Amino acid sequence: MRPIKLLIASLWLALLLAPAGLRAALTIEIIGAGANQIPIAIVPFRAEDGLAQKLTPVVVADLTRSGLFKMIDPGGITPVPHELQEIDYAQWRARGAEAVVIGTVSPLAGARYDIQFRLLDVVKQTQLAGFAYNISAAQLRLTAHKIADVIYEKLTGDVGVFATRITYVVKRGSRYELQVADADGYNPQTVLASNEPIISPAWSPDGTRLAYVSFERKKPVVYVQSLTTGGRQAVANFRGSNSAPAWSPDGRRLAVVLSKDGASQIYLINADGSGTPARLTQSTAIDTEPNFSSDGQLLLFTSDRGGSPQIYGMSVSGGEPRRLTFEGSYNVSPRFSPDGKSFTFIQRNGNRFNVAVQDLTTRQVQVLTDGSVDESPSFAPNGRMILYASEVGGRGILAAVSSDGRVKQRLTETAGDVREPAWGPLVK
Amino acid sequence: MRRILMGLFIAGVVAGCASTPTEQEGAKVEDRIPSATVPEQPAIKPAAPSATAKPLVPGKVGADPLKDPGNILSKRSIYFDYDSNAIKEEYKPIVAAHAKYLSQHRSARMRVEGNADERGSREYNIALGQRRADAVREMMQLLGASASQIETVSFGEEKPKCTGHEESCWWQNRRGDIRYDSE
Repeated sequence: MRPIKLLIASLWLALLLAPAGLRAALTIEIIGAGANQIPIAIVPFRAEDGLAQKLTPVVVADLTRSGLFKMIDPGGITPVPHELQEIDYAQWRARGAEAVVIGTVSPLAGARYDIQFRLLDVVKQTQLAGFAYNISAAQLRLTAHKIADVIYEKLTGDVGVFATRITYVVKRGSRYELQVADADGYNPQTVLASNEPIISPAWSPDGTRLAYVSFERKKPVVYVQSLTTGGRQAVANFRGSNSAPAWSPDGRRLAVVLSKDGASQIYLINADGSGTPARLTQSTAIDTEPNFSSDGQLLLFTSDRGGSPQIYGMSVSGGEPRRLTFEGSYNVSPRFSPDGKSFTFIQRNGNRFNVAVQDLTTRQVQVLTDGSVDESPSFAPNGRMILYASEVGGRGILAAVSSDGRVKQRLTETAGDVREPAWGPLVK
Repeated sequence: MRRILMGLFIAGVVAGCASTPTEQEGAKVEDRIPSATVPEQPAIKPAAPSATAKPLVPGKVGADPLKDPGNILSKRSIYFDYDSNAIKEEYKPIVAAHAKYLSQHRSARMRVEGNADERGSREYNIALGQRRADAVREMMQLLGASASQIETVSFGEEKPKCTGHEESCWWQNRRGDIRYDSE
């Protein structure tokens, strides 16, 4: 626990030293840690001091945030190693490091940089990974996230998600802003600002579009917006309410909830708004919050057809829905894990609403959070973390919890109320 | 974890041996995607700001029963119990008065906006608000209004009348609001 605290101190320092333009609107606080942390030393890269954005503090912050790494202080070793032949493995072994990361920065013509890094196994005294990147100054942070992804993947066996993005809604007074930021909260960009509520943003599988619900027409209407052009289109604007968009894995269709025929029911529409909606559920109850499995065959959704809101599963091609949750009287907001073996959802326990995970085979439920009002859970694309909305002191914040419940992070916004987060996909 | 880690270390070593070194000294920096492993991220473009300003339409002055504070038609909110869409006795006269108005003014159109308190999922609350708005519409239809005159929509928990976090506020947010299109 102690090294983590020290590390957070250095992380804060790094944040303070970051240029104003790059400073995060969301700051991250880490609570708890993984059971087994991999001891790793990240040596500041040669010549990174001159960069507008140093790389290794970003790598350190990413790996620390995962809770799976224990940072070993690289200070005081001379000469500071940057190249392979400068490594004295015995020194790192003495500090308890199992892995060391070294690297160099070389300016190139045209304001570009050659970044090289190596991940070394201290025990086996061998290189685990090494990459060279030819990048522009604007790509420094993204490159640092990619380096963290390589380290994470080599040492844990899971895909890294540091180079992904998140979306969420910030409410400032009566103004609503739909924002997209890097997974570490940096580079927040407002993609839509409105004086009416915005809810339920959902990433297209390729990460280029967002579907969401906007109330700008004085009723809920589903829009799809391109992040590359800013162009947007109402794709479900039928009589009544239109809400809860969920992308099919091929990015061509959306499951949405429409009330045009009476009760709130789930329909399939084309993502460009063309054609006629095809009704997927047939009940007189509430059917809402659809979510596709990654193979596109199954849908999870919330329904109160049994008297209380519970999670149901059904085949997209039809057939009778099957009730999946039986513990408690309020289970809502289901989202499949990326491997399709479990799902996360919100369970009410007394007056508290918390993030839980249920195994689809064993039906075993694990409650992961203990906030009073936790909402809108969504898995990271590697399935290891769940991003959700929570509340502290009456203000909405974003938080994340590892899918085993051990690591918790809190992302706080300096001004405003944050809600409705969704973790974006891996992008090539 | 430890075992997995060692397995990975070994895999890494094997992979390292398999590649042909091209650098003169030390192990080579493997370059899986030569020279451009970081794609240029396309800049995110925000949507053009949507104009929300509306010109002010001068209100009709005079004998509009919908605006007369002494007329029951000026009452527009129907409140509901927790997790309920049953219209309580005290609000039935309001619903009945608007139903009568619709049946006597066939060109009149209204929206019934359903709302929910803040507890629970935002999307589920949209559906709960919708169900409350539908309950108001159904009663109006029974009393002579036609379905085409009434659109029911839901704001869920997004437009609370009262923003506190206890029942003294919540009851005010479990409601249906009537708005005529002419207003």
